[in-house]
Amino acid sequence: MKRYSAFAIAREALRNHTGWDRAWASPEPKKRYDVIIVGAGGHGLATAYYLGKNFGITNVAVLEKGWLGGGNTGRNTTIIRSNYLQDPSAAIYEKSRSLYETLSQDLNYNIMFSPRGVIMLAQTEHEVRGYKRTAHANALQGVKTEYITPKRVKELVPIIALDGPRYPVLGGLWQARGGTARHDAVAWGYARACSAMGMDIIQRCEVTGVTRDGGKVTGVTTTRGDIGCDKLGIVVAGHSGHLADMAGFRLPIESVALQALVSEPIKPCMDVVVMANTVHGYMSQSDKGEMVIGGGADGYNNYTQRGSFHHIEETVRALIETFPMISRLKMLRQWGGIVDMTGDRSPILSKTPVDGVFINCGWGTGGFKAIPGSGWAMAELMAKGTSPLADAFSLGRFREGRFIDESVAAGVAH
Amino acid sequence: MLILTCPCCGVAADETELAPGGEAHLKRFGPGSSEDAFEGYLFLRQNPRGVHFERWRHAYGCGKWFHAARSTTTMEVFGTYSAQVTEPPPEITAKIAAAGKPTA
Repeated sequence: MKRYSAFAIAREALRNHTGWDRAWASPEPKKRYDVIIVGAGGHGLATAYYLGKNFGITNVAVLEKGWLGGGNTGRNTTIIRSNYLQDPSAAIYEKSRSLYETLSQDLNYNIMFSPRGVIMLAQTEHEVRGYKRTAHANALQGVKTEYITPKRVKELVPIIALDGPRYPVLGGLWQARGGTARHDAVAWGYARACSAMGMDIIQRCEVTGVTRDGGKVTGVTTTRGDIGCDKLGIVVAGHSGHLADMAGFRLPIESVALQALVSEPIKPCMDVVVMANTVHGYMSQSDKGEMVIGGGADGYNNYTQRGSFHHIEETVRALIETFPMISRLKMLRQWGGIVDMTGDRSPILSKTPVDGVFINCGWGTGGFKAIPGSGWAMAELMAKGTSPLADAFSLGRFREGRFIDESVAAGVAH
Repeated sequence: MLILTCPCCGVAADETELAPGGEAHLKRFGPGSSEDAFEGYLFLRQNPRGVHFERWRHAYGCGKWFHAARSTTTMEVFGTYSAQVTEPPPEITAKIAAAGKPTA
């Protein structure tokens, strides 16, 4: 792999940009790998990357039925934060956020991490109490957040209307080192680094079955032939239930559509991420100037990658109350992704009833922020069978009643 | 927009009138059941990529619960039926079979 650098740009400028390599190779699948990861989204590629980087396991294939990063990795609103209430959540999300800080240097690929700060607005008395509690919990967990006053909110976000008719802004939970990153670049950066370690990233290769021998995984059948493996990692977000069905177990997961939309580009007007969870809307401004808007998920099972129109209406209606100046913005495009929701709104990183099969799913509406930490923990889990970051998120927690309940605490628009 | 006909009042209701209620025909297990059965009832879901039998409530209409059979991949609705049954009625399963869709 040729390193990207200012020198490389200068060198290529002098020779008409003829020396750039493809960022990653597209090999034919081999007959057998030590580890197969299903799903070349952020989480799958990060898992492969840290398997190689932290544990020296490089005989790895990452299989993708569509194109790299074309699922939820390319469909989210790119928000990165770690201000969760429960200790296991704070640990894995803060690990992830801290990895994002240096990910561009680590991968030698500019992921455009922008720690511009994230505010979660408190718009009811209940939210005020909830976010104060989260700020205290974060202080104990070593996650830097603070509870701020409406005056401070207004200083940070001049375009906000504090005295909204329905839900005035009463305060906010502020994480100064939260922010955004370029979502595609995260997938591309990991893919390039994996490919450089000799891993095979195989796109347009759909897994059609999981072959087992006496309760242990032996490989997968795919649209590009049978491939053997010792360990299989299922990292397919919304389609986790489908893959689990192939491997012969069930999951506490339901797949629903979550939508986002962007406006036409406008001049810079908001340099932080704002989340308004009572009214189900969040917004940030991309580097191109588009207002990036996300809202609540649909309430029913769906695999179509398109959602209900009335949810967009609800989201935009709520945001116009909070940001009156966006009322005349034209919306440029809208899209949907299929998110995998667990009952306690926390992810699952776990061994499964099938020996050698590991699953990483259930990130629901907030998976992008977790990509590096999720990959880090999943790689450790797959290599060593246990991981301090992942163990609390095992499948067994539902049966044993050890929920990591972020369904009310996370304050995310579910 | 998803439109379901409420079998209780006969209104073809828009999605905004309805409240989704999750997977239908769950077999309930309580005290005395095995841990596997109880976990399955409480948490594990079919989450099919195909025909989904589900519960809905006509929240901003007659207020009654009912069942629907809907494809999660095409959004095609195969019909709605009474909430007072423990499995889909034959006319619904026949319609699904006629469309060539597996119901598992």
